[in-house]
Amino acid sequence: MSEHHKENFITKYVFSMDHKMIAKQFLLTGMFMAVVGMLMSAIFRVQLANPGESSILYNLLPSTWLNDAGGLNPDKYLALVTMHGTILVFWVLTAGLSGTFANFLIPLQIGARDMASGFLNMLSYWFFFIATVVLMSSLFVESGPASGGWTIYPPLSALPQAIPGSGTGMTLWLISITLFVVGSLLGGLNYIVTILNLRTIGMTMKRLPLTVWALLITAILGVLSFPVLLSCGLLLVFDRSFGTSFYLSDIIINGEVLHNEGGSPILFEHLFWFLGHPEVYIILLPALGIVSEVIAVNSRKPIFGYKAMVGALLLIAFLSFIVWGHHMFMTGMNPFLGSVFTFTTLLIAIPSAVKVFNYLATLWRGNIRFTPAMLFAIGTVSAFITGGLTGIILGDSALDINVHDTYFVVGHFHIVMGLSAIYGMFAGVYHWFPKMYGRMMNKHLGYIHFWGTFICAYGVFFPMHFLGLAGLPRRYYSNSAFPMFDGLSDINALITFFALAGAIVQAIFLFNFFYSIFKGTKASQNPWKSNTLEWTTPIERIHGNWPGELPVVKRWAYDYSKPGAEEDFIIQTEPLKDGEIEH
Amino acid sequence: MTNILIFIIVILVIATLVQIVRVGELLSEIKNKDVNEVSDKDNNTQGLLFLIVGFGFLIFVVWQMITWNHLLLPPASSVHGTQIDLLMKVSMGLIIVVFFITSPMLFYFAFKYRGKKSNNAYFLSHNNKLEVVWTVIPTIILTVLIIFGLKTWDNAMNVEVTESTKLIEVYAKQYNWTARYSGIDNKLGKANYKLVKGKNTLGVDMLDVNSADDKMAREVHLVVNEPVLLKFRSQDVIHSAFLPHFRVQMNCVPGISTQFGFTPNKTTAQMKESEGEDFEYVLLCNKICGASHFNMQMKFIVETQEEYDIWIASQDNLEKKLLTQK
Repeated sequence: MSEHHKENFITKYVFSMDHKMIAKQFLLTGMFMAVVGMLMSAIFRVQLANPGESSILYNLLPSTWLNDAGGLNPDKYLALVTMHGTILVFWVLTAGLSGTFANFLIPLQIGARDMASGFLNMLSYWFFFIATVVLMSSLFVESGPASGGWTIYPPLSALPQAIPGSGTGMTLWLISITLFVVGSLLGGLNYIVTILNLRTIGMTMKRLPLTVWALLITAILGVLSFPVLLSCGLLLVFDRSFGTSFYLSDIIINGEVLHNEGGSPILFEHLFWFLGHPEVYIILLPALGIVSEVIAVNSRKPIFGYKAMVGALLLIAFLSFIVWGHHMFMTGMNPFLGSVFTFTTLLIAIPSAVKVFNYLATLWRGNIRFTPAMLFAIGTVSAFITGGLTGIILGDSALDINVHDTYFVVGHFHIVMGLSAIYGMFAGVYHWFPKMYGRMMNKHLGYIHFWGTFICAYGVFFPMHFLGLAGLPRRYYSNSAFPMFDGLSDINALITFFALAGAIVQAIFLFNFFYSIFKGTKASQNPWKSNTLEWTTPIERIHGNWPGELPVVKRWAYDYSKPGAEEDFIIQTEPLKDGEIEH
Repeated sequence: MTNILIFIIVILVIATLVQIVRVGELLSEIKNKDVNEVSDKDNNTQGLLFLIVGFGFLIFVVWQMITWNHLLLPPASSVHGTQIDLLMKVSMGLIIVVFFITSPMLFYFAFKYRGKKSNNAYFLSHNNKLEVVWTVIPTIILTVLIIFGLKTWDNAMNVEVTESTKLIEVYAKQYNWTARYSGIDNKLGKANYKLVKGKNTLGVDMLDVNSADDKMAREVHLVVNEPVLLKFRSQDVIHSAFLPHFRVQMNCVPGISTQFGFTPNKTTAQMKESEGEDFEYVLLCNKICGASHFNMQMKFIVETQEEYDIWIASQDNLEKKLLTQK
């Protein structure tokens, strides 16, 4: 492992096997996709506030399937919603988040020279890259991209006669997601093997930073659940292209009687959500891991209840495999099964509550330093509280009857999964930017970015709960078909205002990010006075991370403000003093 | 032309920003300060902002609850719905209380413990007693909620179907609904998608003796306080029959028969009195089903037995509709 070949431009920046470069590749691809997904949401938000009027943004688009003579019709609206969901869930918050921080932090924080297999790691990114190209290309086909919702329930997704996006667009979606799953499995296996085998001397599991714990559990979730999505998609390919009837039965579409008999669309939902629910935690857990680290470092205090935090992560991960049915309360499945899923779902509130209380206890009597990363970390906790609580409504099957698939759900998951995770991702970028690029991101721009985002995001997603409680279903092209929703147009206009403002605020981040890569002030070796191993590496990036011997770990990662120490932090390689107790 | 102009403006804005940020950094270099080092002053400002914006958010939440309360759905118009509403009130009340305890704590802690170079944080790695307390309390509260929730669910889903329960089929397809009444025998004739032809849009098997007296309608009339069992079918993709006022929802899945039983307890006329003249019960589609998903509706009318009898008598039965009027 210690032997490294001479690097040229191609092996350094393109087909790199260095985990740090691969992490940056994931980050940049994820950021690009985030911008695409966000612009899509801006376009459909304008439609929801002013039905029928096309926005400036829409008119600026190049002339493709999306921007032709017909304007933004319902088919295009559904395509945008579908692609927005697909991109944000898989490309930004799965690959963009896990791909970036698992790659970047695992070797650096456990004291390894690189991932167990640099080659597999490189393949993992390039599979993801090709998946991205395929997905983006579906935006340019004549019949449009997949438009049956990101959950692609058949028969809608199986029949091009039902919606044009289920033609070539859906085929490309399935190819793309297959490549994506391959990439994510290669990455996930690598993360697990690396964490279990390549920890440096002294880095016991009990001394692992919580980021690494979270990334380990996330990788395990991914390896166990993504193959199910793959098989679920494969059966759909068979139904679409080879005339099988796994998911199809008793269908007449456009006057044509289909031959399919005996299949069940509900089978698809079971398979899909068997991935789909763990996926929520694949998105959320890395963010919570990052937040645990950032909050401890910037409160200058050990994370409160380290063991409970690990225990809560494990319990959440375990439960996430037996709650998928709460997405399906209204499918007509046996009510007893609904009861079981209600029970398991509401149990998740317990480890979640423990995590929140532990974050609060970590802040308590701290000496909080408000770096932009810290602001976003606190933002994550706030979003996790706000969004997590409404989960108690949705997880209760009896209450789900009336809020299922309404805007209440949209508000809930955008706050608990979208905001928590994206705030966690921002926190991670601001926090580890000095390690990634050797320079600091501008603090003041970071502050403006946080407050703008925080205000706009709650302005967008909180009012959605009220739309849902008024009965408004999601994925409606327009709310004007039902007189009962006439009173909601003001709320929709307000949401759109905040959505557009929030999108503009993100430009500040993008500017700060690219400006700081080239022009930011030079970072010192350990700018946040942090304990973990990544800050013992030299500022100048080298393949292999440490120039000499690997560091040897002597203590856990959270000795901040420990009484008796000279400074308010003690790096993990510092030996215990005589008589000093660990923790 | 506009595109080029917008492009130039964007470039200029970015260039200006670069210069502003650069000037800021150079200025602090002159003052021999690290521009990105977080100072006590920053901590004060940001801590205060958490207090102001955080509590501003909480006020915004309260404002929404007050201002938009009248837009929410009226109390349930069905027997089981009343119990769901009660569970909703209890759960909502609970999460609102927890929200208004934990969120202010978070924002206040951020303000109160804002850092100072001269201060030291309090070293505290765990406290088992405290951790047991805040594990056990949520567990107890959730146990109560789960039991209450499961009882309500059981009450809503496991309705007893008796002789007097009226059977109505609701048939979904892109993008409309059709209802089929079971007629005098209160039995729905068999149906098969392969029999869909011409006027027989639901594929009813007219050889089945139960079919003859069935009636098709484009709106649903229900008798107040009389139990009804809706049977759902779909012709093409998954739809979801959503009757928000009755707290009723069930997916309509091609190839599978689903159902939902309930008892409406307020007539449309009563609702018009309390909610305004424009009020109508309505069935919406709540599962993405294609282009006109947003406009797939059917009217529901709840009325007295007399009004219902008049209406149902005016509807042709299937025998007349399909077999005689060729």
